[in-house]
Amino acid sequence: MIWTVSTFCSHLFCYINATLTGGAFPFLRSFTPVVFSSIVVLQPPAMSPSIIIVLAVLTGVTGSPSVATSPAAVDATAHPNSVVEETEIFGWQVSVEKEAEEDAMATGELNPNHYPAQRAAKVVQHYLNVQYGSPFRLFGLHKVHSGNAEDVADSGRKYQLEISVQEIINNTTEKCSAELLFGRAGEQRSSQVQVSCEELLKTSTDAQEDALFRKYQMNQSLLSAENLPDSYGHMEPDHQPLWHLGIVASSSVMLKESTENTLYNMAQVANIIQLASDNKQVKFDCHVLLHEMVSQEIIHWKLLFTWSPPDGVKVLQMEKLPHCHDCKVPPNTN
Amino acid sequence: KDEAQLALIKDMEEMLDFWRGVTDVATPVDVRVPFHSLQSVKRHLESLELEYLVMIQDLQVMLDEEKLEMESAARVAEPRNTESFDFSRYHTISEIYSFQDMLVAENPNLVSKIVIGQSYQGRPLNVLKFSTGGTNRPAIWIDTGIHSREWVTQASGTWFAKKIASDYGRDSALTAILDKMDIFVEIVTNPDGFYFTHNSNRMWRKTRKPNPGSSCVGVDPNRNWDAGFGGAGASGNPCSETYRGEKAHSEPEVKSIVDFVKSHGNFKAFVSIHSYSQMLLYPYGYTTTPVKDQAEGSCAITDLASLYGTRYRYGSIINTIYQASGGTIDWTYNQGIKYSYTFELRDTGRYGFILPANQIIPTAQETWLALMAIMDHTFKNPY
Repeated sequence: MIWTVSTFCSHLFCYINATLTGGAFPFLRSFTPVVFSSIVVLQPPAMSPSIIIVLAVLTGVTGSPSVATSPAAVDATAHPNSVVEETEIFGWQVSVEKEAEEDAMATGELNPNHYPAQRAAKVVQHYLNVQYGSPFRLFGLHKVHSGNAEDVADSGRKYQLEISVQEIINNTTEKCSAELLFGRAGEQRSSQVQVSCEELLKTSTDAQEDALFRKYQMNQSLLSAENLPDSYGHMEPDHQPLWHLGIVASSSVMLKESTENTLYNMAQVANIIQLASDNKQVKFDCHVLLHEMVSQEIIHWKLLFTWSPPDGVKVLQMEKLPHCHDCKVPPNTN
Repeated sequence: KDEAQLALIKDMEEMLDFWRGVTDVATPVDVRVPFHSLQSVKRHLESLELEYLVMIQDLQVMLDEEKLEMESAARVAEPRNTESFDFSRYHTISEIYSFQDMLVAENPNLVSKIVIGQSYQGRPLNVLKFSTGGTNRPAIWIDTGIHSREWVTQASGTWFAKKIASDYGRDSALTAILDKMDIFVEIVTNPDGFYFTHNSNRMWRKTRKPNPGSSCVGVDPNRNWDAGFGGAGASGNPCSETYRGEKAHSEPEVKSIVDFVKSHGNFKAFVSIHSYSQMLLYPYGYTTTPVKDQAEGSCAITDLASLYGTRYRYGSIINTIYQASGGTIDWTYNQGIKYSYTFELRDTGRYGFILPANQIIPTAQETWLALMAIMDHTFKNPY
């Protein structure tokens, strides 16, 4: 009885598929230990009586080299190099409903074009905006030049990256080196980031910031705006600094929420309202839509934050709003 | 009157909305004064002996009039032909459908419209066929708007359709292709979703088919194809943005293309266009098994960058963006359509789905160069 393996799931099992069906092993990529809890549903091939076995797959898969192959002839007798302890599932059709908290991740030198380095670099962008962002200074990821990832025992995974970032408003680009630590899955720890760039703050935005700050402080009526940008990508020029403030404030959330399995961008400021405050800073309440690329979800957050030129943006409160399936965002939810 | 007065006015610039700021003594300044400040501003100017003139009594009245004017102008100025169609604006589904009919009417020897099916809510699934004759010639497929919130794609698809019609007989590369091959363009691949993004929720991605037993609507049409269907890289939860559906090809928007492609039987290239991320992707999304036949893609992104410097990344779906099962080009590739590609257009997250309309044409222009590279390669490498 020839049982074929077909797997459509995580990298781990795809490598099993590749090796079981034979073929060459053109190159090896190192394989990190996988910690995941997921339900594995096994279905025997058509010829066997139909038994469904559910395995709760537990922790502690030992790392071993993984391979990628070209679609070669099926050879059911080939055995994988990448042995996973649980695979007395040779020949069984495996489908994993993946609640995996950590995929088998590439380790060692990273391909800068592929998503692991790109996701880590995006986190660095969020960090830079939290640290240095303002209505007149915003950072975007320009390019990943190189990257490296390794496990840090008990702490998580550490990435080292060489990237270029772009200061969007003045359109300058420069190189940065960054190191970030993603906490172990399940722990609430935010990623820890260290960045050094050549001349990150070379253009001074002080004069513009001071002027804007004074203008906001002296507003007779408190500012409010919604849908920044609107459906067509537009906004009043007066609202641009509010949009930028929304991005900077959102970066705190995105930094906190980011993992190796996410990629966040702020999709829209649904609404932003200036609140009364003392003279030292201006205060805003806003509702933002974040776009998470991997799940493709739009996630709603409410933020309370202050801004002043000396202190930058400080987020006082952040609250994730419940998933709203068919929502239309109501204007000025305050 | 003098420099001293200029300085006094300059001081006010931080507090009031100046429409024309201080330059020199001979030049007036224009300032908008909110109603609640009007009296105090007037008194202040008078106390400084600064002369002023009220040019607009009530700005809001003017704005209201202008708005009415613009609205009626918009209603009247529906384009009579594709030459007066404004490609630099986002359009509604009815405007795009009208455009399609006009393009066919203007180019009867080149363009025809095929209705390949109906959406869940009964909207026609329109495909424009560009053909100079023959019977069932080898063909190229381009679709845009399968995810409804990705508005720059439908807008670009409209531009591509016009470009093909205009360039035939003028551009030698395109003419050579169309003399031997057909091109099919489906601009609004998910019309129910597209309508929903205009009228209810700008961020809607999926189809609009209700899911039995759930209050959540819609299936991700790019997880609904029969390639790795059921595996990781899609969700089994109807409330998820990547819900795969109950079974492969459950969505009429997908099934219609599947049926069309199978019965046509002679597609040689298949390009499905999305936004955003700035990537050109090839199969697979559901497995790390590599494919052959993808060298020409890197030339395509070089061509794309040549126009405005826009940087794209190039790679397989599963390596470059994420694992995704049930995807369009995985299915088309497995059908034997060797040149199967997915684009993710502008930008990389600054505006995301709500790309400003002034970027539509630059995006379409640069993407067109990449499409030409792919189509040209397909044409010159028959199989």
